[in-house]
Amino acid sequence: MANAHEHALAGGHAVVPAADDHHNPNLQHHFYSMEQQFEAATLGMWVFLVTEIMFFGGMFTAYLVYRTMYPESWVAGSHELNVPLGGINTGVLICSSFTMVMAVRCAQLGEKAKQIGYILATMVFGVAFLGIKAYEYAEKFHHHLVPGPHFNPALPRSEQIFFALYFMLTGVHAAHMIVGLGIMTTILVMTLRNRFSPDYYTPVEIAGLYWHFVDIVWIFLFPLLYLIGYHVGA
Amino acid sequence: MSSAHPITPVRVYLAVFVALLVGTALTVFAASIDMGAMNTPVALGIAVAKASIVAIYFMGLRYTTPLTKVVAVAGLFWLFIMFGLSMSDYLTRSWMGVPGR
Repeated sequence: MANAHEHALAGGHAVVPAADDHHNPNLQHHFYSMEQQFEAATLGMWVFLVTEIMFFGGMFTAYLVYRTMYPESWVAGSHELNVPLGGINTGVLICSSFTMVMAVRCAQLGEKAKQIGYILATMVFGVAFLGIKAYEYAEKFHHHLVPGPHFNPALPRSEQIFFALYFMLTGVHAAHMIVGLGIMTTILVMTLRNRFSPDYYTPVEIAGLYWHFVDIVWIFLFPLLYLIGYHVGA
Repeated sequence: MSSAHPITPVRVYLAVFVALLVGTALTVFAASIDMGAMNTPVALGIAVAKASIVAIYFMGLRYTTPLTKVVAVAGLFWLFIMFGLSMSDYLTRSWMGVPGR
């Protein structure tokens, strides 16, 4: 089975569509089979995720360059971040990834009601993450840690670079979460309209890939922003 | 049957879920110990392990075609080119001892 679609993806013509595929309205005419269509969608999404790696990678490179230049500002900056809230948010995102993967599994099995429940749970965790993030941002404003004219003048300028990167990295990540919530809403509506079946659940799978990717970005952001100076003590 | 992914048992997903939570607790614990220069490598090691099991199990990378796996690894490859070439510049600027570096 696996070999057959590899040939198809490599441009081979060895694949004969399964008989029932001819009747599947979800099969686009330019694909040989539902299987090949699924593989192509997955590959396309991974290519997009690679561009996302490079997009976040640019900011991580800036982080790397400035951290090597001002290591003490990175330690001091991380002391200003709320480790318990950051840790809770990491857990919240892991929970959302679990409910997401369960939603995909339910879609594979055609368990519509449970799939809707898991999608909704994923969205609740996503909103909880953004809520905690908003609280953290408000804290930073109160503590004069937002780069610009109102930044705490007692702190060195290099400290502003840390917080500029903190807001850029977590802000772009939060923007991805908001987009993810939009995607989840779309998947929810499509599910309610009975667009999916065990033969066709590609959008659920692809939405899951996006959601998990955003989770992976946070898995790196948490230790790299919050925990740098944790052992030194505030 | 056209689903390319076999159905994964719930216990596999649960095991990954628990491993990710344990990994998070481990990151916080490891960060609380002073390991000198090793703190960041240890934190990154745990993060890479967590990200890997998310990609392999939750994102189903293990069921994808070899081409998709190559694309995923290529992403990391290009990322390391960006890190490597950038740092080969910034880390070696002081070697010349020229003002204005």
